[in-house]
Amino acid sequence: MSGPGLYAAVAVRSFRRYSTYRAATLAGAFTNSVFGVILAYTFIALWSERPDLGGYDVTTAVTFVWIGQALLTPVAIFASGAEADLVERVRTGDVAIDLYRPTDLQLWWLAADLGRAAFQLLARGLPPTLIGLLIFDLRFPSNPVTWLVFLLSVVLAVTVSFSIRYLLALSGFWLLDVRGAQTLTIVLSTFFSGLFLPLVIFPGWLKDVAFALPWASLLQLPADVLLEERTGWSVVQALAFQAAWATALLLLGRLVLRVATRRVVVQGG
Amino acid sequence: MSLIEVDRVSRTFVVRRKTSTLRRARQVVRAVDDLSFTVTAGEMVGYIGPNGAGKSTTIKMLTGILVPSSGRLRVAGLDPSAARVELARRIGVVFGQRTTLWWDLPLRDSFALLRRIYRVPLTRFRQNLDTFVELLDLGDLLHRPVRQLSLGQRMRGDIAAALLHDPDILYLDEPTIGLDVVSKSALRGFLREVNAERNVTVLLTTHDLVDIEQLCRRVMVIDHGHLVYDGELAGLHAFGNARRTLVVDLSDPAPPVDVRGATVTRVDGPRQWLEFPAQASAAPIVAAVAAGYDVADLSIQEPAIEDVIRQLYLDRR
Ligand SMILES: Nc1ncnc2c1ncn2[C@@H]1O[C@H](COP(=O)(O)OP(=O)(O)OP(=O)(O)O)[C@@H](O)[C@H]1O
Ligand SMILES: [Mg+2]
Repeated sequence: MSGPGLYAAVAVRSFRRYSTYRAATLAGAFTNSVFGVILAYTFIALWSERPDLGGYDVTTAVTFVWIGQALLTPVAIFASGAEADLVERVRTGDVAIDLYRPTDLQLWWLAADLGRAAFQLLARGLPPTLIGLLIFDLRFPSNPVTWLVFLLSVVLAVTVSFSIRYLLALSGFWLLDVRGAQTLTIVLSTFFSGLFLPLVIFPGWLKDVAFALPWASLLQLPADVLLEERTGWSVVQALAFQAAWATALLLLGRLVLRVATRRVVVQGG
Repeated sequence: MSLIEVDRVSRTFVVRRKTSTLRRARQVVRAVDDLSFTVTAGEMVGYIGPNGAGKSTTIKMLTGILVPSSGRLRVAGLDPSAARVELARRIGVVFGQRTTLWWDLPLRDSFALLRRIYRVPLTRFRQNLDTFVELLDLGDLLHRPVRQLSLGQRMRGDIAAALLHDPDILYLDEPTIGLDVVSKSALRGFLREVNAERNVTVLLTTHDLVDIEQLCRRVMVIDHGHLVYDGELAGLHAFGNARRTLVVDLSDPAPPVDVRGATVTRVDGPRQWLEFPAQASAAPIVAAVAAGYDVADLSIQEPAIEDVIRQLYLDRR
């Protein structure tokens, strides 16, 4: 297996590549801002009806909205991260080329996805946040340690998200068209990440289920870290929860690849 | 020493076909069927066969990305699918219809990334790159993103890419597909050099028999997953139903000549064309014609290799 230098190079290349899609980045950041404004006003209305809903005050709720808009693309809640290329390569059979190289397919695409996420955290995360700060009263922590832990939690969030999207891409070895599976993944991750409604306001058992599913790692947990809704031991628990899902899903991905190359085949001559 | 050993290898695919809206028929395709051959280090072997014969399937198994359904495979002493990563360092692969390069990167950066992938020492990498840039005339292309390269230019890049890590074995699956005559001949020259100077063992599939004629002493013909011929290219003439032609110029126009073992296929004034099996000796036929007719001139046409192969493919339908 090739060393860590290779995967760092893959991440850097991916970062650079995404940075060339200027128009798409600009349009995306604009859309995030518009969505943020709409959602923020909705939340303000909701929380003025029911103050302290889910244990958030209105400022926390509105800040949650903007964290969601900032993380939406880096964490690829709507999919379409680096795995999109892998989906295409499985469909066309070009994945054969990735497979006969002395590299690890999963690490390769994880590195590419982390490079993408790093770029999008800057380019798709910061602009909406600034817009949000201009229009609304937001609350961000002053403790630099909180920010560091938040960053770590975001890296884990991207990893969990990637590990699900990697499985999605591998499903292309069996399915002729992964779009159905992709739609399902997007619906699940939108709902269970807390993007539209924070998981803390889910009712009873649904809340427990949502907090046990991997998608909680994508937004709810990093947001709670940044909002300082979780402190001390509870932060460690959140990170451990993310790391556990990341590990489990990545291992599952390795298993599935092994089965895929054994049972199924690369398309085309 | 055998570098590649294929011992009674088969590979089947299960295809599901829709026969009606609800029913699906399961059909088993034997892409490679009880295939055996060996390749010795330093050889340059042509691997040909009609569309769907099983050539690409064989190559995929030899790279380790496809597992045989049965049989035993060894490449450089390794079981390809079990030791895929280890084997990868020792083989180079070019699939004519795909590229190993990155569309968005300049050629130079693709090479640099491959250097990391294969962990090629920097000095060796530079030496190889210099050699390939010169032999494949890549100098002006190095700074260009791959998506801007023409097919022939990209193919040159791909061949260089497959050799940067000094593989012992090079698999080429239709490397000349879509190339013009000049590019093809340049590529052939390069492959001959790589085989001779660097002692790279080459397994080459192609539908262009000129590739085989110019590069390979040994040719293997596969059809419906079976090996139907393995031997010298020249020997193919004698194989199967290939036919040779005796062209006879009589002193005067005459009705078709009648000799045993040959049939007249064409008459044009005093000239007649007689066909006979390629493996039969021409001597008795020539003697019979000379004895019974007034002959002004004689010549024998060997079948074109293309015709031999076409006949071979047709016979096996
Ligand atoms: N993934 C697959 N699923 C089902 N059948 C397959 C698959 N790949 C190949 N086959 C079948 O196996 C047989 C051999 O295919 P292969 O690609 O090896 O042929 P080939 O000799 O390379 O042909 P060509 O000259 O057209 O490239 C064909 O009948 C093909 O339809
Ligand atoms: Mg083929």
